[in-house]
Amino acid sequence: MENQVLNIQNFSFYYGETQVLKDINLSIEKNRVTAIMGPSGCGKTTLIRAINRMHELTENTRTEGIIKLYNEDIFELDPITVRRKIGMVFQKPNPFPTMNIYDNVIAGYNLNGIKLKKSDKDIIVEDSLRKSALWDEVKDNLYKKGTFLSGGQQQRLCIARALAMKPEILLLDEPTSALDPKATSHIEELIKELRSYVTMLIVTHNMGQAARISNDAVFLYLGELVEHGKTKKLFTTPQDKRTEEYLTGKFG
Amino acid sequence: MNFKINRDKLFRAILYGSAFFLIVLIFGFFITFILESSESLTKFGFGFITGKQWDPVDGHFGALPFLSGTLITSFLGLIISFPISLMIAVFLSEYFYKGFFHNVIKTAVELLAGIPSIVFGFWGLFALVPLIREFQLSIGIEPYGVGIFTSAIVLSIMIIPYTASISREVISMVPTDVKEAAYSLGATKFEVIRKIILPYSGSGIFAGALLALGRALGETMAVTMIIGNSNSMPTSIFSPGNTMASVIANEFTEATDSTYVSALIEIGLLLFLVTALINLVGKYIIKKTVQF
Amino acid sequence: MNNELTQNIDINTDKISFLIKEKKIKSRIIKDKIFKYITIAGALFVSLILAYILFYVAKQGISSINWNFIIELPKPPGEFGGGVSNAIVGTLIMIALSVIIAVPLSIAIGVYLSEDRKTKLSYWVRTGLEILQGMPSISIGIVVYVWVVLQMGSFSALSGGIALAIMMLPVVAKSTEETLKMVPYSLKEASLALGVPYYKTILKVVVPSGLSGILTGILIAVARVAGETAPLLFTSFGNPFMNVNMMKPMNSLPLVIFNYASSPYKEWHSLAWGASFLLMVMILILNITAKIISRKWKIKF
Repeated sequence: MENQVLNIQNFSFYYGETQVLKDINLSIEKNRVTAIMGPSGCGKTTLIRAINRMHELTENTRTEGIIKLYNEDIFELDPITVRRKIGMVFQKPNPFPTMNIYDNVIAGYNLNGIKLKKSDKDIIVEDSLRKSALWDEVKDNLYKKGTFLSGGQQQRLCIARALAMKPEILLLDEPTSALDPKATSHIEELIKELRSYVTMLIVTHNMGQAARISNDAVFLYLGELVEHGKTKKLFTTPQDKRTEEYLTGKFG
Repeated sequence: MNFKINRDKLFRAILYGSAFFLIVLIFGFFITFILESSESLTKFGFGFITGKQWDPVDGHFGALPFLSGTLITSFLGLIISFPISLMIAVFLSEYFYKGFFHNVIKTAVELLAGIPSIVFGFWGLFALVPLIREFQLSIGIEPYGVGIFTSAIVLSIMIIPYTASISREVISMVPTDVKEAAYSLGATKFEVIRKIILPYSGSGIFAGALLALGRALGETMAVTMIIGNSNSMPTSIFSPGNTMASVIANEFTEATDSTYVSALIEIGLLLFLVTALINLVGKYIIKKTVQF
Repeated sequence: MNNELTQNIDINTDKISFLIKEKKIKSRIIKDKIFKYITIAGALFVSLILAYILFYVAKQGISSINWNFIIELPKPPGEFGGGVSNAIVGTLIMIALSVIIAVPLSIAIGVYLSEDRKTKLSYWVRTGLEILQGMPSISIGIVVYVWVVLQMGSFSALSGGIALAIMMLPVVAKSTEETLKMVPYSLKEASLALGVPYYKTILKVVVPSGLSGILTGILIAVARVAGETAPLLFTSFGNPFMNVNMMKPMNSLPLVIFNYASSPYKEWHSLAWGASFLLMVMILILNITAKIISRKWKIKF
């Protein structure tokens, strides 16, 4: 139990009248990468957005059940606290266009109104950029706009921005879907290396990617959690017929 | 066949002609202003702008009282209206971006933009001036009621729709994923607005304020009715005065000798140049913002 | 990557993350709420001012509006009653004049801009429209005075119509351009491919498919100039009598408001309030009609 970072219990999600997620039960262990797979429209993105309570920015949504971060139900906390403890990386790289690279990394602190000494900021920026394997590429251009970087670099900047807040868990919503193959493999390498620092939950529609980078895998189908297990096991000996069909390409 | 080609050519010629006509029209405006004010331009030179005395009987024409009247009323009006306009823009684009309240406020702003300036002036004269007069009595200054301050208030109401609608447009152009990134780091809505949205749309909002300023500078009728029409230098923001536009409105048809007319037209020329410049700069910034 | 270094940095940042927990979230949430309420208060404040203005004008104006107000001429000061029939007729005539002058020209300019999107001429035409749109209406009055009134030797409805037409021009031209830009190129191509000559393609295919946008633009432009006073001061000038001769001075509703509002007579004030109310209702109807047209006939491709 000590190792359990996130515990999702009987979780359902409604968009208006439509139920998008049905009674999900899932627990995530510390310092592991969990891949969430499934055909498009199965509710993968909805699930990880709900973990960060990002769904509350959209009208007409409703949830049932509990999501526990360690021992606290995230729905009993302020969304602000939840979002600061849980980092998020989005499909499209979205560095803040008005800020330079340095300010982008430290943006979480500025946004939350946390005043830091310059020396502390420097440490956080360097640490986060090193962890996201961007430091060597940008250390001489820290005060240039983040939007001048390449797509892959921008996405690593976004990862650094999330890591700077020392999140308990990092949610990645198809982080490579807007990137070219080279940048994608770079991010995949990065995710593997980051395992020792942070627990990660990654949504991907790419089975190969899930196989390459994740320890555990979850298969979602039509809003239901079909199967959850060690990635290797799920890929080699799926328990459920639907998982097998998905892995053999029947749902596309 | 030949006939058809000629018609196409004729049609093209009409289009080009109309477009060209517009350019000619603008140049015509400019040249007319220069020619008609040439007497005043050569006679008073730069002193026209710095002269404090406007005395048609003696033939003294210094436009500084009107320049200061215009600048003070416009900037004061802008300062009063800017925060409110920004609140409306944020209200419409971030807090209530659809639904009943959105439509109510949006319609209110549109209606405000549709009220003719003469009606604003009339309303100001009868509803606002007595209030200001009471206020002036209560703080123990001369109770004119009319004056620069009253004009600034009416101007501030009149220009709200300009700043508000342009600001709303640029604020709604802030990409959702950028806002989401900020929320995902734990920012409150207020923090997202202050630290992400406003810096992003800052130049567009500035342009909106600039265009509103252009409106205020050229506004004629409302101001003419409530500024008190005094040709001396304003001594405080409560004193009666005149703006460039209001002095033209008041005195143009009464002006008899040519120097007088040409001095008034020179004021018109200044107004034309200043507003044209402000508008072009404002539109240029907006165009840049939209491309970004 | 130097592992030892990252290790060290890690310890430091952990200290910082401990500090973060000390920060008060409550005060931030309260700030957030306060800002929201201030924003709502600002929006309500403006609506209240608008409501006050509308209510004030309606209250003052509605009592003067009756049949006589519409069909009678103004009476001399001191006599009760009278109407503004000359101003109503004058407003209608001058608006009609300005529409006749401005609309064909503006549409031609709008068509030109939507056809030649990136030429030098179109750049300057756009700049010209922007200058014209921001130009103070009083400046337009001066120029038309010099161009028309001085040449004719008298104030006239014609000069008033010309001044208003110049004010309408940028609005109609811009809305024409914007609308026609949305008409897909394939539509034009299809017509040209059928052998329809260029001018017919534009006039019979492109312009009609953008008609609702152009019409909306015209209505908005009319609403804009209907309340204009400044450009009429030195052009149509005003006239206490009924006049339908376009070469003579003519009255209009805004001029009535201006002249009577600044008079000392109570009876004239109430005429001016009636005129204000009438004018606002007129402008409101124009704007609503424009909205309905643009909503109902929105071109969808």
